[in-house]
Amino acid sequence: MVKLHTKLFTLLAVLAMGCATGYSQDEIVVGEFASLTGGNASFGQSSHKGTQLAVDEINASGGVLGKKIKLITEDDQSLAGQPATIMRKFISSDKVIAVLGEVASSKSLEAAPICQANKIPMISPASTNPKVTEVGDYIFRVCFIDPFQGTVGAKFALGKGWKNVAVLTDVKQDYCKGLAEFFEEAFTKNGGTIVKEVSYSTGDKDFKAQITSIKATHPDAIYVPGYYAEVALIARQAKQLGLKVPLLGGDGWVGDSLIPVAGAAIEGSFFSNHYSEEDKSPIIQDFVKTYKDKYGAVPDAMAALGYDSANILAAAIKSAGTTDSAKLRDAIAATKDFKAVTGTITLDANRNATKPAVMMTIKDGKFSYVDTVSP
Amino acid sequence: MTEFLQQLINSLTLGSIYALIALGYTMIYGVLRFVNFAHGDVFMVGSFVGYYAAPYLIKGIAESGRSLPFVPPFAQNSYAGAIAVLLVAMLACAVLGILTEKIAYRPLRSRPRLTMLITAIGVSIFLEYFGQFLFGADPKSFPSLMDMNEFEWIDTHWGLTITNVDVTILGVTVALLVALRMIVMKTKIGMAMRALSFNPTACSLMGVNNDMVISFTFGLGSALAGAGGILYASAYPSIDPLLGVNVGLKAFVAAVLGGIGNIPGAALGGFLIGLVETMVVGYWSSNYRDAIAFAVLILILLVKPTGLLGKSEREKV
Repeated sequence: MVKLHTKLFTLLAVLAMGCATGYSQDEIVVGEFASLTGGNASFGQSSHKGTQLAVDEINASGGVLGKKIKLITEDDQSLAGQPATIMRKFISSDKVIAVLGEVASSKSLEAAPICQANKIPMISPASTNPKVTEVGDYIFRVCFIDPFQGTVGAKFALGKGWKNVAVLTDVKQDYCKGLAEFFEEAFTKNGGTIVKEVSYSTGDKDFKAQITSIKATHPDAIYVPGYYAEVALIARQAKQLGLKVPLLGGDGWVGDSLIPVAGAAIEGSFFSNHYSEEDKSPIIQDFVKTYKDKYGAVPDAMAALGYDSANILAAAIKSAGTTDSAKLRDAIAATKDFKAVTGTITLDANRNATKPAVMMTIKDGKFSYVDTVSP
Repeated sequence: MTEFLQQLINSLTLGSIYALIALGYTMIYGVLRFVNFAHGDVFMVGSFVGYYAAPYLIKGIAESGRSLPFVPPFAQNSYAGAIAVLLVAMLACAVLGILTEKIAYRPLRSRPRLTMLITAIGVSIFLEYFGQFLFGADPKSFPSLMDMNEFEWIDTHWGLTITNVDVTILGVTVALLVALRMIVMKTKIGMAMRALSFNPTACSLMGVNNDMVISFTFGLGSALAGAGGILYASAYPSIDPLLGVNVGLKAFVAAVLGGIGNIPGAALGGFLIGLVETMVVGYWSSNYRDAIAFAVLILILLVKPTGLLGKSEREKV
């Protein structure tokens, strides 16, 4: 009995010491959560690399307010339920002053209420569903939102002369449902017809049933605002079933495995995106170069957005002159004409970024820039 | 009508793969009276073995810039190459199946059945996350083993699309089913499997080496899962370490539906689940796909608790 008590006491003492020390005073602790593994791993890895690059650059040039930024990254494994756990850890044990993340809207929507309740500013790099920032005044994003992306898609489709479009959505993703809804609204309002609406769930591999029922309606194009893992297989199976119309989608298409899996089937399809690494402006080319030097790969949009989110936070900490949460919040909200990699960002009254979108296509096995669409 | 026939064809590809995996569940249940929940993950390992073995077996798959110490023996998109990959994956999975049984299940065989069941869940989670550690979490693009070609004649005369990959998957499944049936019904080891399933104690009293038969069953079942992994990855060439979760669950349902422990039942169950899923998605909504597939299972079990082809068994007192 005595032994057991001694052991328990030692354990408690060690735990208490762990809590008391925390992180040193000359560091600003920022929490980042991302899907580093699981179905959205490609996004999570990119946004994390972008964020890390920005933090490293900031620290290399002396940090902010004379302190270094310490980025604590947690993996939510692309699983629902994980973000909430991570937020509680960030707030109660790491004592973060701000949170960066997530790419997927459903994950951000899980974390946002916790950050809001604890008055911790949260900046999402790439969650485009409108509901994310509606959670409260401490939640921000550095990307455009679904209505804009859906509208851009609809405008583009009509511009191409496509009148009959079928819609194939992922019912498990708030992001996809949002894009589809706003695409349909803008498309039908301007004279287009949605000939068929079918759905699938994240993680599905077989889409032949949906594609067969779409094929029977003879559309001009299919709007597939899903994520790359499923889109690649949809493209393949559409081609296999003899449906030779282009696919149209959103920024969820950007993932390393899209082109290798889809192969020739995805050629000539279009999607809206946040930035193009082919853009010749110096700020983009500098970013592409440093990213390449560090990671040996060309940064995708998620990496660029992760980079921007960390930079906007750092700029806000500088202009606030403190890490006090209310003042930091006001400083982030006041972000105006910030020269970011993904375009000049101004945060509007709803804490959303207003900035242009680009249309991309897939040509010769590569993403290629088509057009820029302003808000 | 064309649309309906096309959906029917679509369902065959999916159903074949469910059937192949369901066979493994059912065989292992047949001899050990226990559900090997790690079976779906053996299927996943099969597809990854194919992914890593293909560059060494087939010319032109290795990434450019990476030189192999030897020239792969088979040409790309040749049947010989595809069969070689299939055999390697089957062999690797058989070894994996036998090893898991030896390491994880055999020491627990005398314990209550629940212990083994929970261990199986543990093995399943181990394979999934060790796979994530080993292969990476990102979906991988499975190399094409066969050129995907449509049969033009069917398309122009019937308006139906069938590719050679679909036909191959169905053909390989049927061939493996027939082979399995032959092994179980016509060979000595098959007879031992049936005897073991009937009464293990009596079986060992008759001089049958139960351990050997159980190892063989695990090996055979896992080899089928490996074949399923290659076929699945050829049809849906995006593989990740969590691939086996969903497919494994569906195949398990298929095995129960057909009557767990019954080999033709597992095959029938697989095709049936494939058909129900495809039709629900094609004519209704993907939201209800799994709900309907499981509702069918519940309905059949209510009407016929032993599954479609299962025989009722009297509990020994």
